Amino acid sequence: MNAIDTLIPHIGVVTDIRQDTPDVKTFRVNAIQPDGTASGKVFEHMPGQCAMLSIPGVGEGMFSITSSPTNNEFMEFSIKKCGCLTSWLHAMEVGQQITIRGPYGNNFPVETELKGKDLLFIAGGIGLAPLRSVINYVRDNRENYGDVQIIYGSRSKDDLVDYQEIINEWEADPNIQVNLTIDREQEGWDGHVGFVPNYVKELNPSLSKTVLICGPPIMIKFTLAGLKELGFTETQVYTTMELRMKCAVGKCGRCNIGDKYVCKDGPVFRFDQLDELPDEY
Amino acid sequence: MLKISVEKIDELFKAIAEKQTLYIPTDREDGASEYKKYEDGMKLSGNLNTLRSAKDFFFPQTENLADFKMEGKKIEVIDIREEAEDFVVFGVRACDARSFTILDKVFLSDPVDSYYKNRRDHGTIVTMACTKPAETCFCQTFGIDPTEPEGDVACWSDGESIFFKANTEKGQAFVDSVSGLLEDGDTTKLDETKAKTKEIMGKLPLANLSTEAFGGDKLMEHFKSEKWAELSESCLGCGTCTFVCPTCQCYDIKDFNTGNGIKRFRCWDSCMYSDFTKMAHGNIRNSQLERFRQRFMHKLVYFPSNNNGEFGCVGCGRCMSKCPISMNIVKVMKALEVK
Ligand SMILES: Cc1cc2nc3c(=O)[nH]c(=O)nc-3n(C[C@H](O)[C@H](O)[C@H](O)COP(=O)(O)OP(=O)(O)OC[C@H]3O[C@@H](n4cnc5c(N)ncnc54)[C@H](O)[C@@H]3O)c2cc1C
Ligand code: SF4
Ligand code: SF4
Ligand code: FES
Repeated sequence: MNAIDTLIPHIGVVTDIRQDTPDVKTFRVNAIQPDGTASGKVFEHMPGQCAMLSIPGVGEGMFSITSSPTNNEFMEFSIKKCGCLTSWLHAMEVGQQITIRGPYGNNFPVETELKGKDLLFIAGGIGLAPLRSVINYVRDNRENYGDVQIIYGSRSKDDLVDYQEIINEWEADPNIQVNLTIDREQEGWDGHVGFVPNYVKELNPSLSKTVLICGPPIMIKFTLAGLKELGFTETQVYTTMELRMKCAVGKCGRCNIGDKYVCKDGPVFRFDQLDELPDEY
Repeated sequence: MLKISVEKIDELFKAIAEKQTLYIPTDREDGASEYKKYEDGMKLSGNLNTLRSAKDFFFPQTENLADFKMEGKKIEVIDIREEAEDFVVFGVRACDARSFTILDKVFLSDPVDSYYKNRRDHGTIVTMACTKPAETCFCQTFGIDPTEPEGDVACWSDGESIFFKANTEKGQAFVDSVSGLLEDGDTTKLDETKAKTKEIMGKLPLANLSTEAFGGDKLMEHFKSEKWAELSESCLGCGTCTFVCPTCQCYDIKDFNTGNGIKRFRCWDSCMYSDFTKMAHGNIRNSQLERFRQRFMHKLVYFPSNNNGEFGCVGCGRCMSKCPISMNIVKVMKALEVK
């Protein structure tokens, strides 16, 4: 019999929990070493790939690995509370063990198509989670990429995930342009106010850029339409898809869009690839 | 060719069952035929069109994937997998045998599903050529010859004797293990039987059904067809068609707390069910039309697209005879092939 089966998970331990927004927490996860101590990663991954996390008895769910592969110390997951498993995860304390299997899916083509390109990241809400992995990967391999611009928006200032990292590290980085926006005016916020798709149009980014968008489906839809108005083509815009998943390896039949399984052939797609598929997502 | 006389088939079953678990199709009281574990005196059904297919022995309706022990903040994963015991499934029809080619493409492709592979490694499939094709049969549409079945061992009956031919190493080992009961036989009558079956096949109501209008290159054309509305109109979403289908492979993973640890199970699921794709921000297939379309698009378009043109149906006819509203893949094919 095969010694390993991807459906049998590894154990990870939660070593840090950060309350990012009222409904998003970021969990640091480490592997358990043979001597019982917690350190390092459970497995390696590429930016955009995901993992199946579970609390046995509660359920299993797919989450983007939000930490960069260049981080050798730990893995991170930003998780929005929205149901049974995610509520359970939010109730965890440091030291709690979870099961973890992966890495699953394809990744943003950071070593191929994106190499040498000017990059524009556009994120809405929890959609920052998969992009954060790419952003930090690019920062750690800065010489391989051109201009980097990040446009990120949320409902309010409190809903911006990873706000501390954004202002302390990304905004402080002279090689990165960061544009934040929130949906409505708010006390203590002197930045931009307005929805992401409109802000993108206002900023009128250069057509030389390759775009990576993640966020709620409605935001993606309007942002893509706006980019097209500005003259961007679908071949220069990437996104990630989110469908219900169980196996994560293209066998349980749950997450297909046409003949593609999002868990295996995705979650990263270029918009021209989605054009060839039914709009069942 | 090696054979055994029909009268001595019970002896053969007994000999097999002494060494490993044997499943044969046998008649139920209500007349349907069903696979059962062989016990002394059990009679082989004359009807190989079993209610449920041999898929069940390799991909069971529910199975335990792993166990977990939870203690405080600690979790222990218990690998419950054990090497399967050898078993034989006897009397598998040619169509049902072909379903394993399809299931293998799913479960044995990287990453290999060790649960399925374990049973494939230990199960011997003994097929039986059809002599009485049913009106619901259309295996020939998918290039299957019911008189020349695949499987580890192929068998044929000419009414007097049953003939055996090993197709694989495992099959040869099986034939060798019962060779004491087999003798050399003349196939003249068998050749006549095969010819007769072929003649019946040619006259079946679905003999001319073609796959020409289907395949991976017809994706958008069929997806956008207006025929789905009428085809799916009365579908109850009961999932019967998916459960009896020898090639349907969708599954769910669920945990169960026994009070003394957690058991993780895999169980069959159905794309016909409304919660199959339900997510926090909505459902991508909200209507039965979309779910119905998914089932047939998968078999006729998506699967061939990903598997060098191989279709995800073997023409066994189960979904035709079991659907409560008499909807089925044949009606779908006939409707969609007309532009
Ligand atoms: C590729 C991928 C990457 C993802 N990355 C992240 C991430 O980085 N951060 C994050 O917070 N969330 C992410 N999600 C969503 C996350 O998987 C679900 O929110 C989570 O599984 C819901 O579990 P739950 O038990 O709390 O919800 P449930 O109690 O199961 O149900 C709440 C709702 O969520 C739906 N749901 C169940 N499973 C999924 C699922 N796998 N995907 C979507 N909806 C589901 C249920 O049908 C229900 O409507 C991702 C999903 C996918 C497919
Ligand atoms: S779709 Fe119907 S005819 Fe085809 S293999 Fe499945 S049950 Fe048999
Ligand atoms: S097609 Fe028939 S068997 Fe299949 S779900 Fe619909 S009603 Fe049930
Ligand atoms: S999650 Fe099972 S096929 Fe994608």
